[in-house]
Amino acid sequence: MSTASTPGAVRDAAGGPVKTGPSRSADRADPGPGTRTAYPLYVAGRLGGAAVSLLAVLVTSFFLFRIIPGDPVSTMTHGAPTSAAQLAALRKQFGLDLPLWQQFTDYCAKALTGDLGTSYQFHAPVGELIMTKLPATLLLTGVAVVIYSALGLWLGTRSAWRNGGLGDRLNTGVALTLWSVPSFWLGLLLIIVFSVGIGPVPGLFPTGGMESGDTTGFARILDVAHHLVLPVLTLVAVGYAQTLLVMRSSLLDEMGGDYLTTARAKGLRDASVRRRHAVPNALLPTVTMVFINLGHVAGGSILVETVFSWPGLGGLFYQGLSVPDLPLVQGLFLVFAGAMIVMNLLADLLYPLLDPRVGR
Amino acid sequence: MKRAPRASGVVEAAGARGAPGLLEIRDLRVTYGSGASAVPAVRGVDLAVGPGQKLGIAGESGCGKSTLALALLRLLPSSARLSGEILLDGEDVLTMKWGRLRAVRWAGASIVFQGAMHSLNAVHRIGDQIAEPVLLHRRATPAAGRARAAELLEQVGLPAARADAYPHELSGGQRQRVMIAMALACDPRLIVADEPTTALDVMIQAQILRLIERLVAEQDIGLLMISHDLAVLADTCDRLAVMYAGRIVEEGPARAVYDAAEHPYGRALSAAFPRIGDPASRRAPRGLPGDPPDPAALPSGCTFHPRCPVALDVCEREDQPLREAGPGRSAACVRVGAAVPAGEQPR
Repeated sequence: MSTASTPGAVRDAAGGPVKTGPSRSADRADPGPGTRTAYPLYVAGRLGGAAVSLLAVLVTSFFLFRIIPGDPVSTMTHGAPTSAAQLAALRKQFGLDLPLWQQFTDYCAKALTGDLGTSYQFHAPVGELIMTKLPATLLLTGVAVVIYSALGLWLGTRSAWRNGGLGDRLNTGVALTLWSVPSFWLGLLLIIVFSVGIGPVPGLFPTGGMESGDTTGFARILDVAHHLVLPVLTLVAVGYAQTLLVMRSSLLDEMGGDYLTTARAKGLRDASVRRRHAVPNALLPTVTMVFINLGHVAGGSILVETVFSWPGLGGLFYQGLSVPDLPLVQGLFLVFAGAMIVMNLLADLLYPLLDPRVGR
Repeated sequence: MKRAPRASGVVEAAGARGAPGLLEIRDLRVTYGSGASAVPAVRGVDLAVGPGQKLGIAGESGCGKSTLALALLRLLPSSARLSGEILLDGEDVLTMKWGRLRAVRWAGASIVFQGAMHSLNAVHRIGDQIAEPVLLHRRATPAAGRARAAELLEQVGLPAARADAYPHELSGGQRQRVMIAMALACDPRLIVADEPTTALDVMIQAQILRLIERLVAEQDIGLLMISHDLAVLADTCDRLAVMYAGRIVEEGPARAVYDAAEHPYGRALSAAFPRIGDPASRRAPRGLPGDPPDPAALPSGCTFHPRCPVALDVCEREDQPLREAGPGRSAACVRVGAAVPAGEQPR
C-alpha cells in the first residue's frame, strides 16, 4: 500500500525467454565512469563471439552432412551402367577418395577464401547456385517475417494491456494453437481449400511457384504477390505466436512500473501511457526476438518452400539433401546459420543504442 | 461497516482556518476488492488543505497513507472502490468524468512520487518527461516545452543542460529534484508529496525538504506531504495528521503533535525518532510492540488497542471517534478530553 511495489526485480528478469541482450540489471545502478567508453569494447567482444560461432558452424556443417546415409556417387549414377573404375574416377573428381581429415582441411581452406565448392548434381559453383535462388527466399520469408513480427508486437501489446480479459485469452489461445501446427500440414490444407477449392469455393490462389511467367512490369508484380499469399499466410500463422508471447510477457512485467503511475498522474490518456511509456520499455527485450525472426529469412522456410514449390533456397536444400550433394548442403547450411549469427550480432549491437541504461 | 460518527473537532478546525479549502476530503473510504474478501484501506478520512498550507500525514506502512495519496487523483487500480468526497477547488474528483479528470490531473494537483528509482521512465530524457505535461495541458509547442523544462530545472537547482540526461545518469537526490520540477510544470495549486525523501541520505533529505518548502511558499501552493517519518513532517508542515489502520487518529499543529501527541500511537511514532539534545528520548524505549494490523482482519473496538500501552477495557469493545483535544487539535482516544468512564480499569 505504501511504496511497496518494486517492479525492478521483476522487470529485470524479463530479459526474454529466448535470449537476452546485454544484462539490464547490471546496468540499472548508476553507471561507473567507464561505461561511456565501454561500447567499442563491447562491439569488439560481440564481433569476436560472432566469428567464433561462424567457425563452429563451418566445422559442424562439414561433419553433420557426412553422417547422412547414402553415397553421393552411387545416387548420381543410379540407373546408369557404371564400372567400378568409373565410380572411382568420379570419387577422385569430387575429392571423396581422400582421407576425411584432408577433405576437411581442403573444405576449410576453400571456404575461408569464399569458395564453397562445386555442386555434384548441378556441376556449378555452389556460391552461384545460392545467389540465383536467394532473392526468391528473401522475398518470401522477408515479407512473412516483417508481417508476423509486426502482428506479434501489435497483438502482444493488446493482449498484455487487457491482461486476463476475453480478448487476451482468445488471442493467446489462437496464437498457441497455430504455433503448434506443422507448417507443411497447414500449407497443404491451405492449398486444398484456397487453390484446389472445396465445393462451391473456387480455387482462389495458385498452388505453387513464384510466378506464372507470362506477365511483365506491374502485372508481374501483382502476379508474384498473388503467388505469395498462401506461403506467406502459412509462415505468418505458424510464426507470429513467438513474438506475441515475448511482447506480452515483457509488457506485463512493465505494467507494475511506478513510472506508469507517474504517466497516468500527468493526465495522459490510457493509449498514450501505453504507447509512449510502457511499450518503449517493453520493446527492449523484444527487439532481440525480432532480430532472431529476421535471422530466419534465409533458412526459415524449407518446408513451406517445398510444399509450395517456391523456387528458393529451401527447395534447393531439399534437392541437395536427397543426393546428398555435400558441397551444396554445406554451403546452404553456412548461409542459413550465417544469417542467424549476423542478425543476432546486429541485435546485440543495436540493444545498447535503444536502452540508455546500457553503456555506449 | 459501521460508519464512525464524524468528530466535530475536525470540522470546526477546518472551518476555523477560514478560506475555502483548496482540498477537502470528506469521509473518504477506499476498499480493495468486494464482498467477503473486501479489504478496507482507508476508513473514513476527513482532511482539509488550504492554499499555502502544508499538511503532513504520518503513519507506518500499510496504514493507508499512500492509498490516500493515489486516491486524490483516482490513480488506484480498478479493484479499489472509493466513496466519500474529494473536493479539489470545490469540485468532487470522485464524480468527475474521465476527460475532466485527465485535465485536472497534474494541472490542478500533481504528485511528487518517491522518485529515487522507478517513478521516472528509464528510456526518456528527463527534459522530455518534465515537458510532457506542459505539452499536454497547455498545448505548448515543443520549443516552449523545452524552455519550460529548462526553467523548472533551474528552479530546483539543476543546470538546464541536464535536460538531456537519462534518469540513470542522475543521483537519487537529483532524480528527486527532477520529480519536483515535473510536479511544478503546470503550476498546480496542490502538490501531493508521497514519501519524497525516503531512500535519500540525511543531507540530501534536508536539501529536498528546504527546496519543497521554498517552492511551496513562493508559489502559494497547498502541500500534502506523506511520510513515515514524523520528524521530517514536523520539520516541514504546519499541521500533522497521524494515520493508523486507515483512519486519522490524531490531528493538530505540527509542533504540538510532534512534541506532545495526545494519542498513544502518535506518542509512539514521535518517540521512534530520537531528538537531538534530548537524552531522555534516546534512552526511552522507542519501539512499539506488535505488528501493524492486517487491514483484512482489523481488531475490534479501537483498532490500536492490542498495541496500546494505556488501553482500557472499553477500547476493546468500542470504536473511538476523533475528539476535540485542545485548540485546533483532535485525537481518537478514550483518554482525551472526557474523563475515563466510571468503572473502567486500566488493563
